[in-house]
Amino acid sequence: MDLSSASSQLNNSWVQKNNLVQRRKLKNQLFIIGALGITGLLLLVLFSILAILLINGLSGLSLFTLSHMTAPQGIKGGLLNPILGSLFQTGLAIFLAIPIGVLAGIFLAEYGNTRMVSLVRFISDMLMSAPSILVGLFIYTVIVIYLGYSAFAGICALAILAIPLIVRTTEDTLRLIPTTISEAGFALGAPKWKVIIFVCLPIAKGGIMTGILLAISRIAGEAAPLLFTSLGNSDWSWNIFAPMTSLPLIIYQYADSADDQWVQLAWTAALLITMAVLCLNIVAKSYLEKGLKNKRK
Amino acid sequence: MTNVKKNIDINRKASSSSWFNGLVWISSFLILFIFIGLILKLLWGSQQAFATFGIEFLTRAIWNPVTQQYGAVSAVLGTLVTSLIGIVIAIPLAFGSAYALSEIIPIRISRIVTPIIQLLAAVPSIIFGMWGFFFIVPLMARYVQPFLKHNFGHIPILSALFSGPPFGVGLFTGGLILAVMITPFIAAVMQNAFQNTPVLLKESAYSLGATKWEIMRYVTLAWSKKAVLGGIILGWGRALGETMAITFVIGNANKIGWSLFAPSNTISSLIALEFPESATGSLKMSSLMGLGVILMVISFLALFCSRYLLRQSERKLRGN
Repeated sequence: MDLSSASSQLNNSWVQKNNLVQRRKLKNQLFIIGALGITGLLLLVLFSILAILLINGLSGLSLFTLSHMTAPQGIKGGLLNPILGSLFQTGLAIFLAIPIGVLAGIFLAEYGNTRMVSLVRFISDMLMSAPSILVGLFIYTVIVIYLGYSAFAGICALAILAIPLIVRTTEDTLRLIPTTISEAGFALGAPKWKVIIFVCLPIAKGGIMTGILLAISRIAGEAAPLLFTSLGNSDWSWNIFAPMTSLPLIIYQYADSADDQWVQLAWTAALLITMAVLCLNIVAKSYLEKGLKNKRK
Repeated sequence: MTNVKKNIDINRKASSSSWFNGLVWISSFLILFIFIGLILKLLWGSQQAFATFGIEFLTRAIWNPVTQQYGAVSAVLGTLVTSLIGIVIAIPLAFGSAYALSEIIPIRISRIVTPIIQLLAAVPSIIFGMWGFFFIVPLMARYVQPFLKHNFGHIPILSALFSGPPFGVGLFTGGLILAVMITPFIAAVMQNAFQNTPVLLKESAYSLGATKWEIMRYVTLAWSKKAVLGGIILGWGRALGETMAITFVIGNANKIGWSLFAPSNTISSLIALEFPESATGSLKMSSLMGLGVILMVISFLALFCSRYLLRQSERKLRGN
């Protein structure tokens, strides 16, 4: 074997290696560009949703819309009763859910690691992701059958959806608290309930607040569990045992109707509910972030 | 010494007031009761349907309120097909964005972009329904379906999938909207898992000369595959029960066919559309409850699997 053939062989293998490196680099670049493209696409989707809502919804947003009740077809109506209905039902549902959710969260975080605790945690997790329409069916069979369609039934359905979220965030934040702090409380002779209420809960306040805000933002946009519980109402009444409408329900009823005015109202309602939900979400998340930063300090 | 201990015990018993414990236990039991009640009540409500049609309820392809004949197949198929289309589209979307935001984009930018993408998860499902109805459906009817039909219409199997008049509604549109809705959930789980991969492993691969993609493919994905799978199944579970968005774009027809563009139904859309207009105690209501039971079984199974996988990966993380 002479020198030249050896050198050409070496050269060949070097070229091959170089090819391989180039192929790997190319593959790497393709995947990176793909990933960046997908991220851009998702942002585009979000902005397209917001843009469509703004374009179609803003034109119907006026003082008249906010101050008048829904009206029969042909008469100009507003969104006052759905707005009130959303506030009323979401508010009461969250008031129902807060004590239950926080107490159950305390149970999961502070009552050891018994079988009962893991069972409740497991079931709460299952409920958190359970299809919301099943909750509607459940409330129909236990409340609507006996009391009729009512805001009360809707409130119960929404509360069931909110409880697991509050449970989860309460447990998570309580678990972050160093045990030395509650031990200090115990060392001073405080009973468990005092330590939990006066030591742990004040520290966990921020996290629990975040959970509550996230729960509000989730149930405020729900329509599926309300379809056959609070049903919808073209009028307003403060009676909790009468049917009541809400923004998501009015969107569902109006969006695919043939009446242009109703479609316009559906867009405005969609804009209102989306903005409210997104703002709540942003506030909740920034609250959480601030809390974490304080903890790190 | 024993005296002191005894004293402490007495003290604790006297002061760890039972009212607080009582409230805590009642709230926890309430959650159990809600869950058990939900299962029992749906089973109870569907009794009539299963008594009338027997187990065949699961295999009958009829849904006819006029002749009082009900079967679950078309709705169950609709649910499975839309959610599978959704998950197939959502996996690359979620993976791409999780990859970009955890490994490629500088942390200062990704800290801003991540919450923006997560906002997609907060948009109410009925808004996705409207978006789909007024934006995606016309797009499908005017451009996508004619394009697919024109280009793939002569290939045997694909032609069946793309057949039918271009309404724009149907299984594919439903799946597409589901994909957008569940992507942020899957992406959040994936991103978390990618960021939790030990840096040492990645660095050792870098030192061997691996490219960024090779590290993702052979190190990060390998390390976090359980969490990734758990996230995907979690997204699938969400897609199964999604109601309002689907109801707007599914077209509401109880037919079984090969076409992905024909109007169809899912379990949840059928319940949402027909439950309010069925009489209490009727066979129709009972059949709808039966559908609810099927949905409950499928989605709880999915959630159970995803929880199991995510727990395992959490344990692995703690072990490290």
